[in-house]
Amino acid sequence: MPQTFHLNVNGAAHNVTAEGDTPLLYVLRNDLGLNGSKFGCGLGQCGACTALLNGAAIRTCVIPLSAVGNASVVTLEGLGTVERPHPLQRAFIAEQAAQCGYCINGMIMTAKALLDHNPHPTDADIRQALAHNLCRCGTHVRIVRAVQRAANGS
Amino acid sequence: MVFFSMHPGQALGHIAQGELPADLETNKRLDAWLRINPDGTVEVFTGKVEYGQGAITALAQIAAEELDVAFERMRMRPADTSHSPNESYTAGSASIEVGGAALRYAAADARASLLEMAAATMRVPASSLAVEDGVITSSAAAGRVTYWELASTKFLARDARSGIPLKPNSHGRIVGTSVPRLDIPAKVTGGEAYVQDIRLPGMLFGRVVRPPSYGAQLTAFDDASVKAMPGVVTVLRNGRFLGVVARREEQAIAARAALQKAAVWTMPAELPDEARIGPFFRNAADAQVTTVSARSSSVTAPRAVRTLKATYSKPYLAHASIGPSCAIAAIESGVLTIWSHTQGVYPLRTDIATVMGLPLDKVRIIHAQGSGCYGHNGADDVALDAALLCRAVGGAPVKVQWMRDDEFAWEPFGGAMSIDIQASVAADGAIIDWEYDVWSNAFNMRPGSPGGINLLAAWHLAQPFQHAPPRELPLPSGGADRNAVPYYDFPSQRITEHFLPTMPIRVSAHRSLGAFGNVFAVESFMDELAERAGVDPVEYRLRHLNDDRAKAVIRSVAERAKWRSGAKGDGVRGRGISFLRYENTKTYVALIADVLIDRTSNTIRVERITAAADSGLIITPDGILNQLEGAILQGASWALKERVRFDRQRVTSRDWSSYPILTFPELPEIDIVLLNHPELPPMGAGEAGLPPVPGAIANAFFNATGKRLRELPFDSAQVKAALT
Repeated sequence: MPQTFHLNVNGAAHNVTAEGDTPLLYVLRNDLGLNGSKFGCGLGQCGACTALLNGAAIRTCVIPLSAVGNASVVTLEGLGTVERPHPLQRAFIAEQAAQCGYCINGMIMTAKALLDHNPHPTDADIRQALAHNLCRCGTHVRIVRAVQRAANGS
Repeated sequence: MVFFSMHPGQALGHIAQGELPADLETNKRLDAWLRINPDGTVEVFTGKVEYGQGAITALAQIAAEELDVAFERMRMRPADTSHSPNESYTAGSASIEVGGAALRYAAADARASLLEMAAATMRVPASSLAVEDGVITSSAAAGRVTYWELASTKFLARDARSGIPLKPNSHGRIVGTSVPRLDIPAKVTGGEAYVQDIRLPGMLFGRVVRPPSYGAQLTAFDDASVKAMPGVVTVLRNGRFLGVVARREEQAIAARAALQKAAVWTMPAELPDEARIGPFFRNAADAQVTTVSARSSSVTAPRAVRTLKATYSKPYLAHASIGPSCAIAAIESGVLTIWSHTQGVYPLRTDIATVMGLPLDKVRIIHAQGSGCYGHNGADDVALDAALLCRAVGGAPVKVQWMRDDEFAWEPFGGAMSIDIQASVAADGAIIDWEYDVWSNAFNMRPGSPGGINLLAAWHLAQPFQHAPPRELPLPSGGADRNAVPYYDFPSQRITEHFLPTMPIRVSAHRSLGAFGNVFAVESFMDELAERAGVDPVEYRLRHLNDDRAKAVIRSVAERAKWRSGAKGDGVRGRGISFLRYENTKTYVALIADVLIDRTSNTIRVERITAAADSGLIITPDGILNQLEGAILQGASWALKERVRFDRQRVTSRDWSSYPILTFPELPEIDIVLLNHPELPPMGAGEAGLPPVPGAIANAFFNATGKRLRELPFDSAQVKAALT
């Protein structure tokens, strides 16, 4: 039976009526019209769907709506905009750290969670934090460089 | 300012006097390509599409440069069969060479028209005019006039003229600089960037249920319970094609799962043994054997002192796009519109129209970006799925998203290859005779191919269509034989292709086509010959080349990587070199891999890759670097980890755990040197970084261990077998 859930997404309150086992990914994309979290596998394997739940990087494709509660959900859109980008977004643009760009949401959101806990990661720290985020185009080197650039505040 | 100009043939290459560039020849109307707007913007309607390779940004640079307008004024419009020029597919590393040539010439012709109009308006000779960001001034009179004032909808309503001079390549102010990609800002901030982001009013969600294997037949099907599920609008069965449409996406996914359970199939055992593809290929009764290149020396060759022979193999490889394929279809006023990340909007339209029984002008394909495709993936197939499901719900917009296992199991793969090489050498190691045989399938089964329909759902309908007959592509481009003809000079050689029309595993175009397997084999074998002759691998290659640009990339990478002639590995670390000229006509790449062998896990760790590349005139230096880095890392992933898995009934690699790819902890350092030649035409570089990778890694492995790896991928089973 569908229920109404009260969500806190990117600092705003939203009511969503859906089955409790609906993966958060589809709620974000279809009920809230957000593009950041992406469908890559639906299996929690690739990380394209990553968002933050109370600051932790989670795979929205395997998190059911019923598990979210009133936790703070932050998506790529919640970090910044083209006009006012977050330092991570600005770094990814400056480094041109994207080819097709489809994996980049997962990279940025996972990096955000990393930098919140470890503001000065080594390249090895970054590679380890992204160990379960897949990039198929081979943009890995630029992604690490972009995260490092954001960490250095440049 | 233009002080002198270049004949189009010099600037663009491949264009004879009085001719137009190829894509302009077939789409001559200038207003099909460009629109100069009174608001100071320039719209470009290219037939090429963006999928992360940076083509659209590079084309914007080319057009802005030739027009003499600021880059910021360019507005690139997506390929759309309702009005874009037909440039066939965006593939084969041709967007800059072919697409760029046409657009550049069209821009030059438009600029010439604007100058002619300005000359008339200002009553001065055209030769006295100069342009800066669309502002025209004259050395013969005061005053100015702008493109935006002159422009009308009419002045480009004509065919392109031949003989228009182009600006010299060396004076580029936009071309040759690394402008930021136009599509990246939206992609990193959650803007609308992909086909998956398109939302139409009343849009429904579709999913397909594919047969469990290529040859599976549906024997029972009870959809009553599925139809009753929440939100389900329709369940479609047409032959073996099954699909479902629901109001909410998760409802469509749940209905798909239920539909999978409700269908009963028989599955024949029809696939070859995945461990014995080489023998399976070589035993094929229907092989079409062609000598694709033969040369014999008229000069008496030195005496052969040694003959060497080796066999190499490459498995089926998946595109494995990060975002599975997706399309949206809607029918309005009798017109079927599909938003698709296809590589070719026009060829797709042709096949869709045939299957749907519609005239061409009632089908409209609009390109929207998908995730990287690396060739012919599921993008075209899902467009037909969406059309069928859309029609089943009376034309309401339907978005069909392939699931992860749909993409892994059903996308067309890069074909497996089996290769024999035999060469005879003289006493000093010089190669006298070279014989090459390659067995493989077609590397092009794209929609729009003549004689059939290359769309998956069409083969499963109650009245099925057949796929087009497979055919080989002619050299120098080639298919399975791409780069099978070595770029080296041998007195005598014969290259033979055994083209296998029977395709037990679905195949089509996969980035670099046959070049990945062929260059692996050629460059490994060159290394084997060098070693037997006691000659350093870099030196050995230089001795067999007469092209200065080829020698330059090899010397450049050797210097950059500090290659020490004759250096041996130490059992743990080693290095190897590899070289190609893509399609023997495009970008040159030389590549050195430094590897570390972990004998506990039997893995090869690529620590560093150094590469040098010459692609003629560089449009976007950072764009080429991005593509080369990406191709090199993708090549490392293919070489070390990847192969499609199948048992006797079906493809079994259906998720990332059964098809692992390169991960961040496995990342090598990458160092690339670009050799820019602005005096030469630009050459395609999107694929050239892939083929040299496996040979360099295999040669590095030999350098470290004294053992050869001749079968891809170099996974732990291969490494262990080689070391024991």
